[in-house]
Amino acid sequence: MYHSNKIIPGLVIFFLAMTFPFWFNIGSEAYSTPELVLPEDHEHCVEAVEFMRAEHMTMLNEWRDAYVRDGYGEYQSMLTGEMYAMSLTKTCMNCHNNKGDFCDRCHDSVSVDPYCWDCHIEPEGVE
Amino acid sequence: MKSSRRKFIAMAGFAALGWSVCPSLTRAATEAGPKLYFKEEGSLEASQWAMAIDTKKLDRQIMNKCIEACHTLHNVPDIDSDQNIKWIWIEPFRNLFYDQSHPNLKNKANQPFLTLCNHCDNPPCVRVCPTRATFRRPDGIVLMDFHRCIGCRFCMAGCPYGSRSFNFYDPRIYLENLSHEYPTRSKGVVEKCEFCAHRLDKGQMPACVEASEGALLFGDLNDSNSDVRKALRERYSLVRKPKLGTGPKVYYLI
Ligand code: SF4
Ligand code: SF4
Repeated sequence: MYHSNKIIPGLVIFFLAMTFPFWFNIGSEAYSTPELVLPEDHEHCVEAVEFMRAEHMTMLNEWRDAYVRDGYGEYQSMLTGEMYAMSLTKTCMNCHNNKGDFCDRCHDSVSVDPYCWDCHIEPEGVE
Repeated sequence: MKSSRRKFIAMAGFAALGWSVCPSLTRAATEAGPKLYFKEEGSLEASQWAMAIDTKKLDRQIMNKCIEACHTLHNVPDIDSDQNIKWIWIEPFRNLFYDQSHPNLKNKANQPFLTLCNHCDNPPCVRVCPTRATFRRPDGIVLMDFHRCIGCRFCMAGCPYGSRSFNFYDPRIYLENLSHEYPTRSKGVVEKCEFCAHRLDKGQMPACVEASEGALLFGDLNDSNSDVRKALRERYSLVRKPKLGTGPKVYYLI
């Protein structure tokens, strides 16, 4: 190979740089799911836990458009068939009434900072 | 060799066709699924909401009550400068109707009136908004979607009635008690009266109408039995700047 004295060290450096995050983190703690405080007096959420875990942000975005732009106020649960008011503060925060013990723990641990709370008012007794 | 290249191109063509069809197929699947969103029970409906302001019944005290009811419910801050936010406020007659000088109305020039967004038929604010953050609902309410507002203020320039305010500050700095009924806004968003769309959807009348002791009437303009139409049949009324063709839906009973 021509210039192998330059190409091979180059490849080695490139490889090390690319894999830096992997070997830098070897031995450090694995991500652990934060412990959340769940509402005590409610058996289930609007939808199944797995669905809420993965989709709550998409769902909230859809609720927002359905409520503000199309004038729909009620959501029928696919889980139970019950009706819920499509409201962040009146439905979600009514059960999860401690933002710090529920929302923030997850959001903080994955470093997301939703701006919902710039306008929507979190339940009293927090902060 | 040749035939396999042909095959490849044909397959690629089919694949591209597949991708172009697929998104609409997925949408069709979700649309055929169960309907999840419903209107609230007992919501008030109209084909065109309108307000009539009985100027004979208005006095300072009633006007202040209306403003108070609206501004506390909607977390509208009171900022002591020209950067104040207002959804409903007091203007003297001559500022509202300087172009309509009926000789019999001269004596009214200084009389204070209430004014708010007119929820125009043909709202210039909606036409100029680049993000459709402000839009006209089928029932005639000109609504703000605060989530979409980018603060470009085109709508403020478009509105010939000065009905819109801009948030130069985080409103919570100026609010002592927050109303949990309604969110606050964030800095950099335009706001205005929304005919209490969120209350109508729950079956309630607008907050200012409830507080007005009968001075504000509210109802469906296209329903000949509604309070507003009855009042308009019986009394002489004015709207602001009719020549502009915006079709205001707030009527002043003189
Ligand atoms: S009064 Fe102004 S803000 Fe209200 S609908 Fe008319 S143009 Fe838009
Ligand atoms: S209709 Fe509602 S939002 Fe508009 S001025 Fe009256 S109380 Fe305020």
